Amino acid sequence: MKLNLKVWRQKDRFSEGKMVDYSLDNVNTHMSFLEMLDTLNDQLIRNNEEPIEFDHDCREGICGQCGVVINGIAHGPLKNTTTCQLHMREFKDNETILIEPFRALGFPIKKDLKVDRSAFDRIISSGGFVSVNTGQAPEANSIPVSHDIAEAAFDSAACIGCGACVATCKNGSAALFTAAKITQMALLPQGKEERSHRVLNMIAQMDKEEFGHCSNTEACEVECPQGISVLNIARMNYEYNRASFLRSKKR
Amino acid sequence: MNTLAHKIIMALTGLFLCFFLLIHFLGNTQLFLPPEHAQQSFNAYSSFLTGNFLVKLVSYVLYLSILLHAIYALIISKKNNNTGGHYKDDQRARSSKWYSRNMGVLGTIILIFIVLHFQNFWYVYKFGKISLDPWGHKDLYTVVVTAFQQGWLVIIYVLAMIALAYHLIHGISSGVRTLGLFNPKFVRWINVFGIWYSIIICTGFALMPIFIYFTHK
Repeated sequence: MKLNLKVWRQKDRFSEGKMVDYSLDNVNTHMSFLEMLDTLNDQLIRNNEEPIEFDHDCREGICGQCGVVINGIAHGPLKNTTTCQLHMREFKDNETILIEPFRALGFPIKKDLKVDRSAFDRIISSGGFVSVNTGQAPEANSIPVSHDIAEAAFDSAACIGCGACVATCKNGSAALFTAAKITQMALLPQGKEERSHRVLNMIAQMDKEEFGHCSNTEACEVECPQGISVLNIARMNYEYNRASFLRSKKR
Repeated sequence: MNTLAHKIIMALTGLFLCFFLLIHFLGNTQLFLPPEHAQQSFNAYSSFLTGNFLVKLVSYVLYLSILLHAIYALIISKKNNNTGGHYKDDQRARSSKWYSRNMGVLGTIILIFIVLHFQNFWYVYKFGKISLDPWGHKDLYTVVVTAFQQGWLVIIYVLAMIALAYHLIHGISSGVRTLGLFNPKFVRWINVFGIWYSIIICTGFALMPIFIYFTHK
């Protein structure tokens, strides 16, 4: 199949970018979207042009590294799919495809389609962990966790941190990501120990990273490759309100 | 103050205003009574509201709520405009409801309506020239009936109620979420309750000017 591509090219963090037109012939419909970009890069390199930079790693839909906005939708038209798991059979021959990076104030563009998502790392560093001594793995049944709770915590932990929620949110809010990370730990006995510190610190960091307010439009849940529920955000709000209330009582 | 604290102020003031609407609505259903009864009971009710110290206190909370809700909406929108991404081709509308993305626009319509509404009745009652009814109360009922003889005003009121209904449908569920209700069953209940609450109250309010327009020719 033949494709007309409009791709965002940007030299570096500080320069202005623009959409550049490319046409690509002989695209195999079994190619993933990233393989299609590889093919385009191959063509660019052969023509002595600079290849398009984009993030990717496992290409199995589980690492959360890849992610571009395809025809105005984060990770493209398919539901619950990362960019690497989107295949060219979802597009028509001779179709024009617009490819843009994830955009938000908290996600500055580094180059082309590559976005700096280290804000997520800093949110995790601020509280997305449990403080336990490392060593031998403890006996699994020493702290009982019910099946339902374990499953709910896994549902939240399924977040791969790709940032599609931020890219989809009209406010560039990182509420869904932060909420999933807070919830997965708030549910489990190991995480309950530091729950107040965690939520207050992570939200403080989230705000420091210039993410917007959550307006509860619920668009993030729809476009999330892992289908992370917006009820995680409700849980985060609960945890935050609880922590703020207890904190003011102590003082 | 952080983003969540901003949202809590929006939620608390917003939900208080929702509760006020219910009381305001129940009081105003007296307008649906036959004219001779309506005039007496509506005017007596209005005069009871102005004389009561507790009601006065609540009214100050009400004015403060409207003010805070509008001011924080501005603060939040200003930040969100800046933090959100803008795309050359933007198809993100597919994943959310239009009214959830346009609460600011709906809110502005409602704020303009509130100013008009205050000027129509509140200002007239408090500071304007108003005659007394046969029972010795200020005759607000006649002011209301006279106002709603104007077709254009009725249309504005109905349009404002449509905007209010959409604002509330999103606002109630969003506000309760901000306060931290996460149990899926109760969230579902609140969503359904919020939709019915908004539709019933706003339809009821919209019917008042329509009813008066058609029954008092």
